[in-house]
Order: sequence, then C-alpha cells, then structure tokens
Amino acid sequence: MRHLLSTADLSYAQANKILDTAKEMARISEGPVKKLPTLRGRTIVNLFFEDSTRTRISFEAAAKRLSADVINFSAKGSSASKGESLKDTAQTLQAMGADAVILRHSASGAAQRLASSHWTTGSVINAGDGTHEHPTQALLDAFTIRKHLRGGTGDLRGLTVAIVGDILHSRVARSNIHLLNLLGAQVILVAPPTLIPLGAEKWPVQISYDLDAVLPLVDAVMMLRVQQERMNDFFFPTAREYSHYYGLNSDRLKLMKPNSLIMHPGPMNRGLEITAESADSARSVILEQVTNGVSVRMAVLYLLLAGAPNEGGDLI
Amino acid sequence: MSVALSAVDISRALTRIAHEILERNGGPDSIVLMGIPTRGAFLASRLANSIASIEGREVRVGTLDITLHRDDLRLRPLRALVPTMTPLGGIEGRNVILVDDVLFSGRTIRAALDALGEIGRPKSVQLAALVDRGHRELPIRADYVGKNLPTSKAQSVKVHLSEIDGVDEVLVETTEG
Repeated sequence: MRHLLSTADLSYAQANKILDTAKEMARISEGPVKKLPTLRGRTIVNLFFEDSTRTRISFEAAAKRLSADVINFSAKGSSASKGESLKDTAQTLQAMGADAVILRHSASGAAQRLASSHWTTGSVINAGDGTHEHPTQALLDAFTIRKHLRGGTGDLRGLTVAIVGDILHSRVARSNIHLLNLLGAQVILVAPPTLIPLGAEKWPVQISYDLDAVLPLVDAVMMLRVQQERMNDFFFPTAREYSHYYGLNSDRLKLMKPNSLIMHPGPMNRGLEITAESADSARSVILEQVTNGVSVRMAVLYLLLAGAPNEGGDLI
Repeated sequence: MSVALSAVDISRALTRIAHEILERNGGPDSIVLMGIPTRGAFLASRLANSIASIEGREVRVGTLDITLHRDDLRLRPLRALVPTMTPLGGIEGRNVILVDDVLFSGRTIRAALDALGEIGRPKSVQLAALVDRGHRELPIRADYVGKNLPTSKAQSVKVHLSEIDGVDEVLVETTEG
C-alpha cells in the first residue's frame, strides 16, 4: 500500500500494525529528544484546500519529528484562490519533488483522484475529503481507546462506542465506523433522523435517536462537531433544541459507565454538542487525542515513506 | 555450511563475557545491558541471568530498537518496529553494554549509539557481540567478543538461539554465485 485514503482499505493486520507502530512513536514523543533522523531528505507537502488547524499542525509536527522537510500549502493566499485546479497544483508540487502529499479537500474522493492520477508519484495521505473519510482521525481515536481500555495492545473486541451528532456530514464518523468494526468494536450511531445519512441502516452499526438510552451502554462516546458551514438546510429546529436532545451535559455524564471515555475530534462548539463541564471532565480524553494524533501520523508517515522507494513502502 | 559454535560453545562464551563485564565495571550495580532485537535481546537476558547467578544480584536489562536510526531504510523493504524497553532508573549516568549477535559492518551499532542518545546520556557505552565476523565499514570495535570468525564477504553468518530458533548454534554459510 502506497497511500492512505480510507480506513475501508485497511486490513485487520495493517490497522494493528499502524497502532503498534504509533505506540513506539508515542514513546519517542514522551522522551527527552523528540527527533528522529528516519525521514531525513524526504519532502512532505501539506496540501490543504480547506481550513484546518489541528490536522495540519499535527501532520507538520509528525513529519518534523521524523526529520522530513515540510512544505505547507493552504488554498487561501495561494494560486488556488486564483482558480488553479487540483491537477495543476499537484503537478507543480510534483515538479518540486514531493515524496508525499497530505491532502485535505472539500470534494469527497479528491484524495482517491490524486492517488490514481499520474499527477504525483508520491504517497497520498487523505487528511479529510468532503464528507467521505478522515482516516488518521479514526486511527488516533482507536489508538486512544485502545490505550485507555485495552492497555495499549490488541484490538477493541467487546467494546461499544457511540458516535453522536452530525453523522450525515461527518467524514470522521465514516472512517471510524469502518475502523471500529474492523477492530471488533460495536458502533452505535446517535443523531436526529435528519442527520443520519440515507442507507445507514445497511452499515454495520446500530442506530438510535435516544442519547439517554445509549449512554449507559457505551465504553466511549465520540461527540461530533455540529458543522455549521455544511448546514445549508434546516436539519434541526434550533441549536438549543439540538443541545437539549443530543448535547453531552453534566446530567448525561452521570449516565455513563465509570471508566468510559469522552472523545471529540475538535474543534468543539462548547455549549452546543458538548458542555464545558463534560469537555473538561476527568473522563474526557479530548486533549490526549491531539497528542496521540501526532504519534499516529508519525506511524503512518513512517510506514508509507521509510521503505525502499520502488518497493512502495509496504505497510505489511 | 559449517557449525562455528555449538550450544556448549555459546554458553561458555556468554559465561566468560559475563565475567569480563563484571570485572571491567566493578560489579553489576552501574551496568545496564541493552539488547538489540531480535537475537541481541535474547543474548542480553541470558547475560543478565548469568551475571545474576555469579553475583547473586539482579542486573538491569532492556532492549533497544534501532530501526528508526538505520541509514539503510531506503535501501531495503520496510522494517517493523520492535518495542524499546528501558529498565527502571533509565540509562542516565550508567555503563550501558550494547548486546548484539553478529558484529559486521558496524552500522547497526552506529544506529544504536544514536538511539541511546534519545533515551539519555550514559556514563559509558560498551559493546558485546557473540560473533565478530570482521569487514567493518565504520570505526567501531567490540569490548567483549564471544568468538572472532574470519569470514569472506560471500559468506553469511547465522546465529540460532533456542528462544526463537529452537536450537543454539552459529553457522557459517557460503552463498553460491
């Protein structure tokens, strides 16, 4: 495998290999010297056509800890805002010698398009494409759950994870559903009916519209951001009503199992899908997700880029 | 293919190295044995057992994965990472003894020296190898050697240990062509 486009492409062994490698990377990130020479001389381009803070910085930190050179490209203030296409931008980057392109784009399938084209010969890592997938976010979520509830090894068999909120627009949810299933966890989607995509009943998940009924069952709850920028239609009457039925607040906190985890991919709308009290509670691993994100991305970069170039850096 | 060291030879060599390590470092207290996976890690724990039975005290032992520091990553298929385990108390200010099965080009040891720097700053670093087969490409030498095996570059040295190979032996093979 040369690219990481979707968690649906991963085998059980590959997913575990990424998580195991991330565990070693985490050890280095905790040590006194957070720098390895592993990817010295490789060039990694952060190609971001959509706004992002934590994903871009996380990939940048991961690449720099492995000594790769990082070029940041964001659509704002670049020739993309003058109308340059993905193709021309990618070919320009190729001409500059990029070994890997980390792509975020508003169009679902953009990463797949780039990977299957001849516009770039480097590895393509999907950092979020439209409402399709965001594989490294799912990997860091699985890593965080595994660390807390499985002692940092093995899969997630026997665990139940609720994904709550805007499933319809969420690439994080899609990536997580594939990966959690692959690792043996049970997934429950909780959202108002308008925010559950058509066809979700065919996914390997349970669907519920009642958060209070689900919370006592789960080992981890992932609160999704209400994506106001994608809300072109009226999916729920008011923010207050959404918050009342689907927001994680202190009363709902009491319904959860003692060791269960509260997760959020960020950025949070405090007071909308999650109250400050829940986000800052002892069960919240939201900041740790950010830390783990760097380790997981280091693992992905290592696995895709460190091997002999012509043999394509096999994940397995 | 010929057997260069038998099980008894390996056992004797390790016992001797254990004594040499103790002699040179004045006892087990300042020592940390760091084995380089895969087989170096098994040798390090054997040396630790040997030292413990000589001195009646435990010696600190760990493993050191050097993969991320290799200079030949781009030349070979991808390698999986192996956990690095630092013993309690770390390596800071201690005499670290790197343990590997075969000393050849010296590149593994160069990578190991870099990997150690990531964990801490030892007082000194020494090297123990079960077999030294020559052909160094870097200015590196071993402090403790089980056996010097003069080989040609066309030959390959295989160390088998009972922990993973089911048998203790060192073989020298001449590869055809």
